[in-house]
Amino acid sequence: MSSQTVDKPGSSRRDFLEKASFITAVVATAGVVGGALRLIKPNVRYEEPTKFKIGKVEQFPQGTVKNLSDKKVMIFADADGLYAISSICTHLGCLVSLTEWGFQCPCHGSKYTPDGKVIAGPAPRPLEWHEISQEVDGTLVVDTAKAVPIGTKYIFA
Amino acid sequence: MNEMNKSGLTKFKDNLLSLKDSMSGSYLRSGELSSDKSRAAVMFNNFFLHVQGVKTHINTLRPSYTVGFGLISLFLLIIAFISGIFLMVYYNPSIENAFNTVKDINFVVTGGRFMRNIHKWSGEAMIIFVILHMARVFFTGSYRKGREFNWVIGIVLLILTFVLNLTGYMLPWDQLSYWALVIVANIMNSPKELTDILGLTQYFDIGGFQKELFLGGLNPGQESLTRVYLFHIMVLPSLILVFLGAHFWRIRKDGGLTRPDSFETKEGDASYTPVADKKGGIFPSYKTYGLMELAKGKTPAVDNDVENTVMSYPNLLVAELAVFMVTLAGILAYAFYIDAPLKELANAAIPENPAKAPWYFLGLQELVGYSAFMGGIVLPSMAVLGLLLIPYLDREDNNVGIWFTNGQGRSVAIQSFVLSIIGLIGMLAFVVNFGWFRNWWPDIPQLIIILVNPGNLWVGFIMVWSLFIIKRTGSTRMGAIALFTMTLVTYVILTYTGTVLRGPNWDFYWSQSQWPMH
Repeated sequence: MSSQTVDKPGSSRRDFLEKASFITAVVATAGVVGGALRLIKPNVRYEEPTKFKIGKVEQFPQGTVKNLSDKKVMIFADADGLYAISSICTHLGCLVSLTEWGFQCPCHGSKYTPDGKVIAGPAPRPLEWHEISQEVDGTLVVDTAKAVPIGTKYIFA
Repeated sequence: MNEMNKSGLTKFKDNLLSLKDSMSGSYLRSGELSSDKSRAAVMFNNFFLHVQGVKTHINTLRPSYTVGFGLISLFLLIIAFISGIFLMVYYNPSIENAFNTVKDINFVVTGGRFMRNIHKWSGEAMIIFVILHMARVFFTGSYRKGREFNWVIGIVLLILTFVLNLTGYMLPWDQLSYWALVIVANIMNSPKELTDILGLTQYFDIGGFQKELFLGGLNPGQESLTRVYLFHIMVLPSLILVFLGAHFWRIRKDGGLTRPDSFETKEGDASYTPVADKKGGIFPSYKTYGLMELAKGKTPAVDNDVENTVMSYPNLLVAELAVFMVTLAGILAYAFYIDAPLKELANAAIPENPAKAPWYFLGLQELVGYSAFMGGIVLPSMAVLGLLLIPYLDREDNNVGIWFTNGQGRSVAIQSFVLSIIGLIGMLAFVVNFGWFRNWWPDIPQLIIILVNPGNLWVGFIMVWSLFIIKRTGSTRMGAIALFTMTLVTYVILTYTGTVLRGPNWDFYWSQSQWPMH
């Protein structure tokens, strides 16, 4: 009866197999559930492209303020160049409106300076600045998927 | 003449004539309801009734004890289920048609607007009555003596009630639906506030992940509506039915509703017991003890409880029917006079100003106005966790079944009530008048705002006060009363503030008539 000599509680072969099979069952079930849940994360998005044309340089003379509300972006032109600021409040996604002193969010009262820095309210981040590029034919393109550092202004020919 | 000798047609005629008795007999499986035995059989032979005991304690029948809140919640759910099925006949969950079909229901379908009002108001009334039911259970100490887990199930049902209302609100695809969707999606995104500070966002953006799963994309659209619809009509109703079944089953298994040990009958209670229909024998017919009455409880013998029980049929069933009729009448009257709101078609380019969530979430919206992550995720989770843990952290099981436990409990509740009203209104007045850190130091790091904002301070104050009460009284039950009372008052005051006192740009106004025109 050599097996009895190692038969301490919690260390027998039966205990080990019981624990191993239980853990296997839990892991296998979790794997199946996790794999099934992967289904609900979409692989394709039927959404508008994040890149869109805004027109030629000539349409944005110095002092331009253009609110493209359906694209949720505002285009400005000053002495240093063109720049695009998102109008999506970084708090909970409402659309900010332009005021004399900067931007104001209607939902929870966040306030931003004219370059999008938070001055009041619960917004955790400054408004996003977007990249502006130029196609070969001179058309300007904004990409709302690409954020650029605050103060990035573009000068196009 | 026995059956064999009858002609076929005679047998058929006899069966036809006795159809009423034989059918009701096969349904009730008991004869005339003249004895306690047959009255008991009504309950335990019926699939729908047998979750209730054959006998009911008189205390359970006292309107002043339960106020019928739980039962009203159940009936409201049934009304919401049935009216919801009617709405589904016309509703089409696509972003092109959703708004139009809801408008059709409101303006074209016969009785459509009435049905939609019934659905909307029964759902929202559920929130009120589920909370009232929870308060009744809490203040009578009914979460103890084996009922701890049923309290937990109740909290799950409360959450399901909220989420069912929220998802229903998003279906018409009007301006309110759309911007509620945007706000909820961004609350799911709000852990980003913290992961940004910790520098984890680039490795695993949990907030963005949640938001994408919820919306089925990056912006609200058809996928979002499909998901919300699926949840509202399929996933959540199934879950609430399962948990409700468990909730009722546990009530029975845990020994019925709580009642005070010191229960005493009143003079009028005799009317619960019908005059015995004695037909002989030496035992009076109302003195029968079923096994199920003796199985639960600390004493294995027949004790006072059984003495103070009466037949569930007809006493309990009549009371339940009365509550149902009152509930139905109330909802019908309210839905007849008050219309459920419907705004204009969802417009992604123009947010509402103010963009308000449905009223039951405006308390949260007030907290979200300090920090989206704390107010939208951490503080609500803490509240839910606190509610879940109450029966495990307070295990004093004396005076169960007595409102506020004792005189001390009553005074703790009153003190906490007054203190939270003064404290919270004072804090809100301070924030409205003087603003918060960012108004004073615009460059303050976001982490400090997340950690130190009025919402957190208030929750911290509630917790400290409850601990202080525990220390002062030496009773965890008193601490629980303080915590629960203040949480309830906080919910009500914040909801009122968000609903009535907040106007455009979330600025403070005494009433809507003062809102600037724009």
